[in-house]
Order: sequence, then structure tokens, then C-alpha cells
Amino acid sequence: MEQVASSVVAGRLDHEPLREPLVLGHPSFHDVTEKIASIVERPPSWKYWLTLSITALAAAWGIFCIGYTIATGIGVWGLNNPVGWGWDITNFVWWIGIGHAGTLISAILHLFRQRWRTAINRSAEAMTIFAVICAGLFPLIHVGRIWFAYWLIPYPNQMQMWVNFRSPLIWDVFAVSTYLTVSILFWYLGLIPDLATVRNYVKRRLPKAIYSFFSLGWVGAARHWRHYEIAYLILAAISTPLVLSVHSVVSFDFAVSILPGWHTTIFPPYFVAGAIFSGFAMVLTLVLVARWVLNLQDFITLKHIDNMNRILLATGMMVGYAYMMEFFVAMYSGNEYERYVFLNRAFGPYGWAYWTMVFCNVAVPQLFWSRRLRRNVIVTFIASILVNVGMWFERFVIIVSSLHRDFLPASWDYYAPTWVEVSIYVGTLGIFFTLFLLFAKYVPIIAISEVKAILPQAQPKHHVSVTTA
Amino acid sequence: MVAKPKPLAIMGNFKDPDALLYAVSEIRKAGYRFFEVYTPYPIHGLEQAMGLQRSAVPYISFAGGALGLVTALLLQWWTGAVDYPLNIGGKPFFAWEFSVPVNFELTVLFTAFATVIGFLALCKLPRWYSDYQHDAGFRAAVDDTFVLSIESRDPLFSLDETRALLEHLGAEDVRLVEA
Repeated sequence: MEQVASSVVAGRLDHEPLREPLVLGHPSFHDVTEKIASIVERPPSWKYWLTLSITALAAAWGIFCIGYTIATGIGVWGLNNPVGWGWDITNFVWWIGIGHAGTLISAILHLFRQRWRTAINRSAEAMTIFAVICAGLFPLIHVGRIWFAYWLIPYPNQMQMWVNFRSPLIWDVFAVSTYLTVSILFWYLGLIPDLATVRNYVKRRLPKAIYSFFSLGWVGAARHWRHYEIAYLILAAISTPLVLSVHSVVSFDFAVSILPGWHTTIFPPYFVAGAIFSGFAMVLTLVLVARWVLNLQDFITLKHIDNMNRILLATGMMVGYAYMMEFFVAMYSGNEYERYVFLNRAFGPYGWAYWTMVFCNVAVPQLFWSRRLRRNVIVTFIASILVNVGMWFERFVIIVSSLHRDFLPASWDYYAPTWVEVSIYVGTLGIFFTLFLLFAKYVPIIAISEVKAILPQAQPKHHVSVTTA
Repeated sequence: MVAKPKPLAIMGNFKDPDALLYAVSEIRKAGYRFFEVYTPYPIHGLEQAMGLQRSAVPYISFAGGALGLVTALLLQWWTGAVDYPLNIGGKPFFAWEFSVPVNFELTVLFTAFATVIGFLALCKLPRWYSDYQHDAGFRAAVDDTFVLSIESRDPLFSLDETRALLEHLGAEDVRLVEA
């Protein structure tokens, strides 16, 4: 009896410990503003400048090599018959895959009311946009004559020609450009209230003017929030199938062809699972660094890391299942070319790449059966990088090992990249991290209004219902 | 000639969402119609307490999506089967099967634009100036304060009674905001 009375008096405090809190340290609303918005106001540390110079240098070198490729022709790459797609398309698919976790975290976890996503959704969305920008570079460069790339868009022209909508490459153009546009809209819509918070927080004139402009005059009116919430929900609802469609369409680039090793119906779900897997790994890599550099341990807690590691474990197993299934179907098909491609994939000249992939994508995530390892920041960090190495090799294996031994043994070849291809890849890493560092400094890296809304004191308790809980 | 300050609204601050919800429902009961609440994040149940109708954004989104789907179908059918029929491997000039990816993508794209533009239009944003922006309490609404504002255009607005009602309902720092 006494216990009941005490829980009635203590109200919300009493049943709080049942669940691990999403934000540590019991901050007030103003503490949240202060913590996140002050990152924008503070002058960056020397560590920030050092990292930014390294990544910007890599970006500049990559852009130079892109210019060299465009000026000279793609003969500067190691591609030749029969391997016509190499690092370019591998990098394209890899970056697109990384770009999937952002919308997955934002949209799917929002629909499933996973409130832990608020700590990481903003940086994951930003990561998506930057990854898709890096991805988009590769198809554009690899067409060779980039100045004709706009021919991929259906527009009335003096040649009186239209694009071929029966080609998966055109579907890809629509899927990737839609994904980039919708991701930017989703990201920006979520940013509007936070930009308004920063606008009222900063003191200096120029930043204030810039944040005022981009916050569109948001004042937090209830009549606006009502439209905002439903608009956000609709964008989440349409982004969810969009995420699944984009990587399915990317996989059609392969699956719709008749090449052994590419022509399989498992590709769409297999690519989507792999995309989510690599995307979460990249979110973990970035978030662990941001958490450490910007002291965000109270917002990005071990619980968040634990949850993301569980997703890594689950999607890693899906990918592992797909690897097995591909082999089974190749054997069961009775098609000798199909069988040969898969045996060649694992035991041929590119076997080392295949087994690297299996180790990184199937073996490494098994660590996360252990709760202790899921909550170990260093183990997670290393595993997240290994997963992305593995996922890069997955795309490399699919593309190159299927191409390098075609139907005519006389033309079999062993493809290796030139320094230009490697430099462009490193360059996109530089572009990606440069953009991310700029984002982390000048844009609220954590969704301020969303974090406030999940604090224990945020929502009305309707007084009576508290005591019955 | 110096313009005489014109009363715009009486505002009061709240820190507790429950007190805010109670105050809003009382104000509505008292018959006020032109009032607004400014909060740092959306509060559950506030729309109901304010008596707001459902947002019209979903209808705009749906219209956008439908337009996207029609655009995609017409684009693929007209360019492929009417304006420039090109035989590629004996495949049909138009078939719904191969049009699915582009149909889907354009539906999503148009829905997204309609949603964002509809949201901005219904909120009458962007609007880079607010009549209240010189009020510090109002500016704190995007930080940590719930601001309840009763506008002077409300027929029941009265400098004394409205102020007294807000104070009675537990508002802090009840103040007159003038132009």
C-alpha cells in the first residue's frame, strides 16, 4: 500500500528506470539548445582544421584526377575488354549503399516510432546526401564523354530522339536523382525548426542573417507544427519504399542483363540488405568520431550504439544468407556457366577478394551476439570500418569476377586499377568527409527539437494517467 | 509624428506542458478564437486543445503523387510509342511492366515536392519577419518556453481581462506586446 502511494507521489520519476533513458544527464530544454547550438558558435579546434585540411586535400586530388580522366579519356583507367566496369561502378554502388542508412534511420525508424533514432538521424541524413553526391559522380565520369551526360534526361531536342525507357540504366538515373532530391527535402524539412533555434541562439550578425534566411521565419507556432508533423510523416512514408526501390533499381543494372553471376532474382533484396548493412556501418564510424570530438556522449549513448550493432548483426546475416543462396542456386540451376562463375568467384584469381568479403561481412558481425562487445566503442569502431571494407569488396567481386572470364577464354583477363582510379576513389572519400565536417560544424548535428520532444518532461502527463502506469 | 504603439497581443509563458494544455482549453472555453501557442517542439494533444482541424497537407501530397504518376505514364508512353518508336530487340514500344520503376520514382518525387510546398504554403512560409520578434519571451519559444499569445484582433480581447485570465491560468511574465 505504501509503495503504491509513493509511486503516485513520485509520478514520472518512479517508472523512469524501467527503460534506459535516451538522453543522459537529465538535461533541461535549454541545456539541449546550449549543447547543440553552441557547436555552431564556438571557433573550431586545431583538430578540426587539421582533419579538414587532410580531407580537403584528398578531395582536391580526386577532383584533379577526375579532370585528368575527362581531359584524356577513360583509357587512363585499367578497364579494357572484357572488364568494362571496375572501380568506377564498384564505387558507385558502394556509395549508394552507404547512402541508404540515412533515410532508413529517418524514415523507417520514424514510422516504427523508434525514438532512439533522434540522436543519430540528422547526421545519418546528411551522410546520405553526401554519399549519394559521391555515388553520382561515378556514372557521370564513366560514360567517358561527360559533356553529353545530359542526354540521359528525356527532353525535347533537335535530334528528335528520346531516351530508352526499357533500359535499366535510365531507371537508375530516375531512381538516384529522385533519391537525392527527396533526401535533401527530407533533411531540410527536419532542419527548419532547428535552424530557427540556432538563428535565435547565435550572436554574430552574419551567421544570424544566414540562419534567418534558411529557417524561413519559423517561429514554432502550433498551427505550423501541425502541418509540419504531418508533412514530415508523409515524407517518411514515401521515403521508406523509395529506399527499397533505389537499391533494387541499382541491382537491376546487373540482374536485368543475361550475364552469369549477375542474372539472378535474389539481387534486389540482397542489394537492399547490403546497403542497409554498409550504411549503418558508416553511420557508426561517423557518429563514434563525432561523439568523441564534440562530446556528445549524453545524446549518442551506448544504447544507440548497441541498437545499431544489432542492426549490423541482422543485416550481416541476411547478406551471408544471400551469399549462400547464390551458390546454391548456381549449383541447382544446372547451368554450367553459372556454376563456373561462382566457383571461379570463390577459388579463381579473385578468390582473395571473395574471402575478404566473407570475413568482413559474415564473420565480423558475429561479434555482436555479445552485449559487452556491442557496447564496446573501440570494437564497434573497428568492426564498422571492416564492414565497409567488406561491402566494397562485395561490389567489386560481383562486378569484376563476373566479367573477367567471359564466354571466350581467349579474352580472359585480370583487371587491376591504375593510380587514377585509386585516386578518384580516395578523392570521393575526401569529398564525403569534407562535406561531413562542414556539416558537423555549421548545421545542428543532432535534431534539437526532436530530442527535446523525447525528454521525460516534454509531453503532457495528463496528471491522472501518470499514477495508473 | 511618432506613431502611437498599437497593442498586438498579450503573451504569457509556461514551462509545464500540462499547465499549458489546461490554459489553452480554458481560453478556448472562455470564447477566445484568435490565439496561438509557440513551442520549441510539437506537443501531443495541443491541436485538440486548441480545436484545430486536421492539416490539409495530405490532400496536397496525394494530388502531387497522382500528377507524378500520370506524368510518368504519359512521358514513357508518348516518347516511346508515339513520338519516337524504336524497335529494340523486338520489345514492345510501351508496356506497363517496364514502366514501373519510373512510374514509382516520379510519383515519389512529385509527392515530396507537393508535400514540402504544401507545408510551406499552408504555414505561409517563408516569412522573414514577425510582428513579435522584438519580444524576448517570444524568441525563447524556439528554445525552452511555451508562449501562449492572445491576439488583439480577438473580439474578446481586453487589456485588463485577458491579462487577468492568463495570470489566473498560471502564465508567467504576462505582458502586452505592441507594434
